[in-house]
Amino acid sequence: MIGLSHYLIFSTVLFGIGIFGMLSRRNAIAVLMSVELMLNAVNVNFVAINRFVTSGQAAGQLFSIFVIVVAAAEVSVGLALIISIYRHRKSVDLNNFDLLKW
Amino acid sequence: MLEFSLHNAWLIPLLPLLAFALIGLAMHRWPSVSAMISILSIGISMLLSALVAVLVFSLSPGEIYEASVRWLSMPGLQVNMGMLVDPLAAVMLVVVTGVAFLVQVYSLGYMKGDPGIASYFGYQSLFAASMLGLVLANNFGQIFVFWELVGVCSYFLIGFWFGKYSARDAAIKAFVTNRVGDFGFLLGILFLQIVFGTLNFQELSAAIPGYTNAAVLLPIAVLLFFGPVGKSAQFPLHVWLPDAMEGPTPVSALIHAATMVAAGVYLVARAFFIFNAIPQAMTLIAIVGGLTALFAASIAIAQNDIKRILAYSTLSQLGYMMMALGVGAMTAGVFHLMTHAFFKSLLFLGAGSVIIGMHEEQDIWKMGNIAPKMPVTTWTFIIGALALAGIPPLSGFWSKDEILLGAYASGHTGLYILGVLVAFLTAFYMFRLVFVAFFGKNTAGRDKAHESPAVMTIPLLVLAVAAVLAGLVNSPLMHHVFGHFINAPGAIQPHPNTAIIVFSTLAALSGILLAWLIYQREVIKAEVIKEKFSMAYKVLYNKYYIDEIYGWLGVRLVDGAARVLFWFDIHVINGFVNLTAWFTGKSGETLRYTEDGQVQTYAIYMFAGVVIVLITALCGVFTALA
Amino acid sequence: MEFPVLSTTLFVPVIGAILIMALPAKKTGAIKNIAAVSTLASLVLSLLVFIAYDRQQGSMQFTEMIPWVQDLGVNYALGVDGISIPLVLLTNLIGFSAVFASWKIEERVREFFSLLLLLITGVMGTFIATDLFIFFLFYEVVVIPIYLLVIMFGSSKRVTKEYAGMKLTIYLLIGSAFLLTGLIALFVKARAITGVPSMDLVHLASLDYPLTFEIMVFAFMAFGFGTLLSMFPFHAWSPDGYAGAPTAVSMIHAGVLKKIGGYGLIRIGLLVLPGGARIIAPVIAVLALGNVVYAAYICLSQKDLKYIVGYSSVSHMGYVLIGIAALNLISINGAIMMMFAHGVMAALFFAMIGNLYEKSHTRNVDDFGGLAHQMPRLAAGFMIAGLASLGLPGMVNFIGEFTIFVGAFSTYKVFTIIAVTGIVLTAVYILRALGYVLFGPRKPEWDHLQDLKGPEMVPLMVLGTAILLGGIFPFTIMDLINSGVGEIIAQIGTLYVGGVL
Repeated sequence: MIGLSHYLIFSTVLFGIGIFGMLSRRNAIAVLMSVELMLNAVNVNFVAINRFVTSGQAAGQLFSIFVIVVAAAEVSVGLALIISIYRHRKSVDLNNFDLLKW
Repeated sequence: MLEFSLHNAWLIPLLPLLAFALIGLAMHRWPSVSAMISILSIGISMLLSALVAVLVFSLSPGEIYEASVRWLSMPGLQVNMGMLVDPLAAVMLVVVTGVAFLVQVYSLGYMKGDPGIASYFGYQSLFAASMLGLVLANNFGQIFVFWELVGVCSYFLIGFWFGKYSARDAAIKAFVTNRVGDFGFLLGILFLQIVFGTLNFQELSAAIPGYTNAAVLLPIAVLLFFGPVGKSAQFPLHVWLPDAMEGPTPVSALIHAATMVAAGVYLVARAFFIFNAIPQAMTLIAIVGGLTALFAASIAIAQNDIKRILAYSTLSQLGYMMMALGVGAMTAGVFHLMTHAFFKSLLFLGAGSVIIGMHEEQDIWKMGNIAPKMPVTTWTFIIGALALAGIPPLSGFWSKDEILLGAYASGHTGLYILGVLVAFLTAFYMFRLVFVAFFGKNTAGRDKAHESPAVMTIPLLVLAVAAVLAGLVNSPLMHHVFGHFINAPGAIQPHPNTAIIVFSTLAALSGILLAWLIYQREVIKAEVIKEKFSMAYKVLYNKYYIDEIYGWLGVRLVDGAARVLFWFDIHVINGFVNLTAWFTGKSGETLRYTEDGQVQTYAIYMFAGVVIVLITALCGVFTALA
Repeated sequence: MEFPVLSTTLFVPVIGAILIMALPAKKTGAIKNIAAVSTLASLVLSLLVFIAYDRQQGSMQFTEMIPWVQDLGVNYALGVDGISIPLVLLTNLIGFSAVFASWKIEERVREFFSLLLLLITGVMGTFIATDLFIFFLFYEVVVIPIYLLVIMFGSSKRVTKEYAGMKLTIYLLIGSAFLLTGLIALFVKARAITGVPSMDLVHLASLDYPLTFEIMVFAFMAFGFGTLLSMFPFHAWSPDGYAGAPTAVSMIHAGVLKKIGGYGLIRIGLLVLPGGARIIAPVIAVLALGNVVYAAYICLSQKDLKYIVGYSSVSHMGYVLIGIAALNLISINGAIMMMFAHGVMAALFFAMIGNLYEKSHTRNVDDFGGLAHQMPRLAAGFMIAGLASLGLPGMVNFIGEFTIFVGAFSTYKVFTIIAVTGIVLTAVYILRALGYVLFGPRKPEWDHLQDLKGPEMVPLMVLGTAILLGGIFPFTIMDLINSGVGEIIAQIGTLYVGGVL
């Protein structure tokens, strides 16, 4: 029987992959995708907890849809930024983007 | 009229003060107007003082007049500006206004053509005002105020020719040395205020006899005596007075011979009830005075500058007065103060006349045989010298004799012998000066000498008359009227003693004789003595090297410490401040490398932060469960 | 409603500053005139307050109050008593003189005078606020103009003006950080006791705090206000700051800003926290000796006129500190008198030095000599300031020193004896410095220097008159101070007045 803990373990793994990707990938687009993974891990949590704990309400589902919307906006803005940067620097490697250092 | 003068005695210091304000604010562009204002104001003050004196001496001896206005007051501290008119104050008023008036008239001639004449008379007026305020003071607070003001006038007048380095340095030295004395004086006043809760002379003199705690009274007396030691230039704070001769000669006559330096003696006389309550303090005063008298007289015999000889003579005579007060002969001390004021200002003004006549020459060896060219100056000067030497019946004889009598009668035989020795030395150095400067063989100066104008010689003549006659007021001829009025409870009033009179007169005469033999007849060549006793001569000529010792101490201790502390301030205290700043800067410098501009690094920090927060929160949950 | 005298006095300079900022930068004449008129208006108003204050009635008069942040108990509340009036008067005397001491400024005139006027308002505000919050607010208003004025218009000698400005500002802020901590602690504690939020000084003073709390908070205040008053060893900002600052800022800073420290110690420290004061006072007295003697010694080794006056002002603040630490009526009267006296004297000194520096471009004592030949009026100004500084009777400083000594002597015998040595040391360094600058043979290289004239005379006239009048008629000021301090002492109870050994 698949219970709440399975979902939680799944979302944790997903979140871990997302964190790892975000911190270790050098490609800006890959980082953006990793962020998406993390957001989706959160979405899974929301939905699962809504299903198993407070099944009477739809708050978790509502929030996950909210997150999806925000994520879509974020991706569109993020991609636009990356494209803009790419046009200037001919690169999407994050190692090159350290104008704000010390 | 007499009543009026007494009740309005406050006008006596106020008039010169107004003259000062007028000269300082409005009249300094017109030198002769300034001079007239100044002389006029001191002249009126002199007349008022004379009236006050006449009235006071027609009352019975114990009567005084006191009045005051509030000046600075709060619960627990009351300093008034007041006046206390008693015989002592009245005598001082007459002496100060009289000498000041004559000196100012004389200055018209002496300072003629000086560009700073207006400010000179301004300072003179301010000095007269402060000195008269000091004399009239009825409490220690007021006396301290005017004490400092006469000091600053002295500073300005010593440094009057401020273009000279020597005048500038002498002025600074005078003020600072006096400040050292005032340090003690102020502490003494603070003690009095704390112990007795009042500074008023009358209230203190009522309270002190009932106060028996000598352990408190002794430090008070000693600290108070610091002030007179500085102001009256007693050893070891005497160093400023000889240097003060850098000022114009009339200033030396008025301030550094007749009046201001006598303020210390006046203070001891005024506060006699405090000192007299403590025998140790009296002994201290007597010894300091006696030592100064001998010490300064011995220096005077080896000096060559006419004003310096007189300056050391002043030191010596002030020591004499202090000694008189110290042995308890209060009358004699004040009496000598008065006669000394006349004959010493006469001597200084005479010296000024010589200096002008010789075109700014002050070395007695470069004068010589000027008597024929300057008869008035010469003969008045000789009268002054005889009075100083104590030849009867001139004023100095009466007063000096009383001091010796007092020392002898009170059982201070050592001080009596010292006094006779000083009398001998005084006669010797004065007539060394007279014979060398006025009758010397050197003719180089004779040709250029000329007698001074009447505006200078008339004050000399007036003072000469005073120097002859002033002593009579306390002589048997006038039934010791002075002593009846000027007296203090506990002061001694010895009976005349013929042996002492004869002995001191002989000492003075033998001093004159010796000077005549050496410097006029040249029975013994002065050069030979100088050779024989070259060591002693050098020590005396260099004033026992005291200036050098003080200079060395000042440079080493004070300036050395100043440099060390400055180093400390710059390197330790400021160093610590800068170290803190450096540490702040450096730590920021180090930490900023954590900001590498990589988004992912920031994300790691954020993640780490979240993890830490989570762990902390979980720990909290677990402890709550457990 | 009565005419709000204090608010008017306080905000006339601000109005002046706004007008100046509205003018075109080129109209320097108009700018200076506006500055002069607005400071003169404040001066006249504060003189009126000085005269009209009812000495019999005492306590806070001319009070104004507008509720502001009610949840925190903050009111815009002003009022003056015998302690604050002399300091308000001092501020305006110096403010007015400072405008004329800066008359020769030709660059960035608009910025200079508007900042100067703001500075004056800020300082004045601290003295008339009766609400802690407003007090602190005005204190912070002071910091910014000071910093800007120093780094824009200062001069660099031993240290650069940037260093001096930074040091000054950071010290002021460190002081204010400690102060703020203390104030907040006080506010919170008072609210815990009464349940009512209030920043009113009188209200705060009426409460009893636990002793350990009083000691803690007083220590914070002593550090904060002490730094402001250049208490040893937190004095390092003072000489460097004055040396770097332009004339007007040196005048205001040494003259009045420093006095906020002493004022705060008395008004907030003693009045609100008497228990803490009693415990900490001996420590302050010891540090005060550090000020008096140590700083006076350092003066002896200085060659730069501004450093001499800078260290000398540290030294003189020692008298104020020992007066406050002696905790009796006489000594505190003396401390306030001394603050007034030192303010006028230091401002006059800095005005004269600034004038000389402007013309000769040097402040080194050894470069000068015989200046009294060329500049007799300047010499008179220097002499008045110098003689006041060494405590000559007839000058207002003597009154302060004498009163402090009498008061302090009844509490600390040995300390006072050591402190009195200060009068000797002061005489040495002041007379030496003045002697080397003013006296001696005429030096032809300074023949081109012009004596004071026109607007340059104003600081000398205004401040010199204050010094002399205060010294000759001390009761005019002392009665006022005594009415204020008497009330504080009555409120604190205990403390000892004159009498037996």
